[in-house]
Amino acid sequence: MSEVIDRPLRDDEKPAASRLRIVDCDVHPSLRSTDDLNEFLPKRWQQHLKEYGSHLRTPYLFTTPYPRSSPLIARRDAWPPTGGPPGSDLTFMQKQHLDPLDVEFGILQVLDLFIFSQQNLEFGAAIQRAINDWQLAFWSHRDPRLKASILVGQDGTDLAIAEIERCAKIGEYIQINVSPRANEPLGRRRYWPIYERAQALDLPLGIHVGGYGGHPPTGGGWPSYYVEEHQSNAHTIAAQLASLVIEGVPERFPKLKIVFIEGGFGWIPSAVWRMDQHFERFRSEVPHLKRKPSEYVRENFWFTTQPIDEPDEARHLRALIEWVGIDRLLFSSDYPHWDFDDPRFAFKTPLTEVERKKIFSTNARAVYKF
Amino acid sequence: MARHIVASTSEIPPGSNKVVDIAGRDIVVFHVNGEFFALLNRCPHEGAPLEKAACVARLTSPEPGVYERSRVGEMLRCPWHGWEFDMRNGQSWFDPKRVKVRSYPVAVERGDELQKGPYVAETFPVHVEDSYVIVEV
Repeated sequence: MSEVIDRPLRDDEKPAASRLRIVDCDVHPSLRSTDDLNEFLPKRWQQHLKEYGSHLRTPYLFTTPYPRSSPLIARRDAWPPTGGPPGSDLTFMQKQHLDPLDVEFGILQVLDLFIFSQQNLEFGAAIQRAINDWQLAFWSHRDPRLKASILVGQDGTDLAIAEIERCAKIGEYIQINVSPRANEPLGRRRYWPIYERAQALDLPLGIHVGGYGGHPPTGGGWPSYYVEEHQSNAHTIAAQLASLVIEGVPERFPKLKIVFIEGGFGWIPSAVWRMDQHFERFRSEVPHLKRKPSEYVRENFWFTTQPIDEPDEARHLRALIEWVGIDRLLFSSDYPHWDFDDPRFAFKTPLTEVERKKIFSTNARAVYKF
Repeated sequence: MARHIVASTSEIPPGSNKVVDIAGRDIVVFHVNGEFFALLNRCPHEGAPLEKAACVARLTSPEPGVYERSRVGEMLRCPWHGWEFDMRNGQSWFDPKRVKVRSYPVAVERGDELQKGPYVAETFPVHVEDSYVIVEV
């Protein structure tokens, strides 16, 4: 927590002087309008989008999360002067985010059109395909810093595999994104064909938390308040980590890399300690696990940093980072959302130059092979 | 403290703000309910520009289910993480002892009065019919 701040920016904090060279693992581009997708969406599905729109597991129109604290969950200063929603204008994104913060690579995370929650699996696949093409045409090809992901819905597993193969041939995508809230927990065997392809193609699996999948976002049911719900990102991702590990995904796919995005990392030590403790006691229930859960977590999983935890004492954050492991953390900003982390100020604890470089750059470069 | 003439009152209509650079500091001047307030244009948390803050009311609740709004427009809500500050003195609403934004005294004076004093603007045109916002830094 800050004391009274009344100091001008130091030179090394000034955008022009900074040479941060960061990899930002969570940048959100937005459609300016769904018309952006027309060139990538067959007429049949354009028509469907107009006439039927999204068919989701949540009831009623607009019961999905917006505005969630701020219109379109966005920073108030991120609305492009040209109009359109935050994240929809590349030039503005460059000016506000990529250039001043010296982003060497930014990984796109698309949330538009409830992409993973579409109940009509073929419509979902068509939207995913269009979004995958749009990421290249509207973003990566116009700014090579921005890297695209292959978005697939894992509940239509065969459709997902086809889309992964199509995109892998293009060769420009750096990870495969699946839903944080599928019909079943992510470790279930029905999803394994996707994990198998990810391992074979050596593409990390990116799982960006949030959204609704028909299940309550907390184990205790549906929360009344946004402040209550926002907490649940950590619970959800902890449950998915346990599912993946305990069902044996990393045991079966030892080279699979899994990146949890926007779940923070404060919850990890206790989740891992508990899994290890229970594993000792209940080993005979899960004989397919050859190693302690923590060993799989340390080898197969990475975690992006935002939203960073802010304990009152800096040394507690420091201890937390050490417990999780400096090599497990990938910096992310979540631009342009309201809980954006500024890479210059978000880590309120001292890091050595080497540690800093790992978290802000080299870990991600190793995972994504930039 | 030196006095700096930063704007004519008509330049900052009610509900708006103006960012000025005073001695290398980025300062934002708000106009709310007929009053002017000046604060450092930087949230103490992660440095967000407070010129983009929402000017909101203080919302209090004596008990669950009862809500009261007061001081409409005088509370700043940071454009990023929603930290709230009192525009009058920069105090944070959630931890006033430890977190605040630097605030600066503001005065509004008539142009004809200014012209007589020692603070005649060297670089600002002074019109006697207008009033001026003066920030002390």
